[in-house]
Amino acid sequence: MEWSLFMKCEDMLAVLNEYVDSTIDPSICAEFEQHMAGCNPCQVVVDNIRQTITLYKNGQPYELPVRFQEQLYEALRERWKEKFSAK
Amino acid sequence: MTARTAPDPSDDELVLRAKAGELSAFENLVQRHEKRVYSLAWRMLRQEQDAEDVTQQTFLSALEHLDGFRGEAGFATWLLRIAAHAALKTLRKNRGLDMVSLDAATATTEPEEPIPHPEYIADWRQSPAQLVERNETRRLLDEALASLDEKHRLVFLLRDVEGLSVRDTADALGLGEANVKVRLLRARLQLRELLTRTLGDPQSRVGRAPHHHG
Repeated sequence: MEWSLFMKCEDMLAVLNEYVDSTIDPSICAEFEQHMAGCNPCQVVVDNIRQTITLYKNGQPYELPVRFQEQLYEALRERWKEKFSAK
Repeated sequence: MTARTAPDPSDDELVLRAKAGELSAFENLVQRHEKRVYSLAWRMLRQEQDAEDVTQQTFLSALEHLDGFRGEAGFATWLLRIAAHAALKTLRKNRGLDMVSLDAATATTEPEEPIPHPEYIADWRQSPAQLVERNETRRLLDEALASLDEKHRLVFLLRDVEGLSVRDTADALGLGEANVKVRLLRARLQLRELLTRTLGDPQSRVGRAPHHHG
């Protein structure tokens, strides 16, 4: 594990979001990558964060219980009638 | 020859038709977005009845205020914003007098606590694609999410799960973008920490990182 001359692990936290979201300023990005090249913990943390986001993003949404779904559409139809008959 | 089917109408088009009084267009919109709204509510409240109430309130409110929807941010973003506020309101109601936490959820300044440093650093034993197939993964993800402070959880759900931009997330919650970014960073770091403790390969664990001096 080496300390980069320019960027420390500490500094990494400040730009982590932008790096992971690819919205990082290109010059900072180059410095960040230079740091990571010599810093295994930072590489692993970035990797872990990307995997964490992917896992949540790709998770299945919750299904509405069928009973509730029927009730929901019924309630919406009722309200719809009120709304448009009042116009 | 196969019959050509018309492409699915866009949300904007359905909104226009719904505004003109076409119930089926509105129902189509509900169908498209009901799972996202319900999932957000469930993940915020972790209780089926509350999640149902919030979902119903969200769509009733959308119906009520449809005329006021101008389409700047997209229909899904607009709905999720309504759902986020309904969920926060329910959390407040459930807490009774304890309003501090909700006020914190919509407070516009983040207390300046230091960002927690990564502690457990290790490669994961399986890829997200393998993990997503496993039944126990959902429980792990839900539990990790539930342990987040709700103001961090809500930002993570809107930004990383629902894919809203930082800007739209900020608008939806009435927060500044800088604030959203800080909350997002905390959420991501905390979830990474929790998941890696379970999913990390102890063999590959990196010793205490050089973050931990002083």
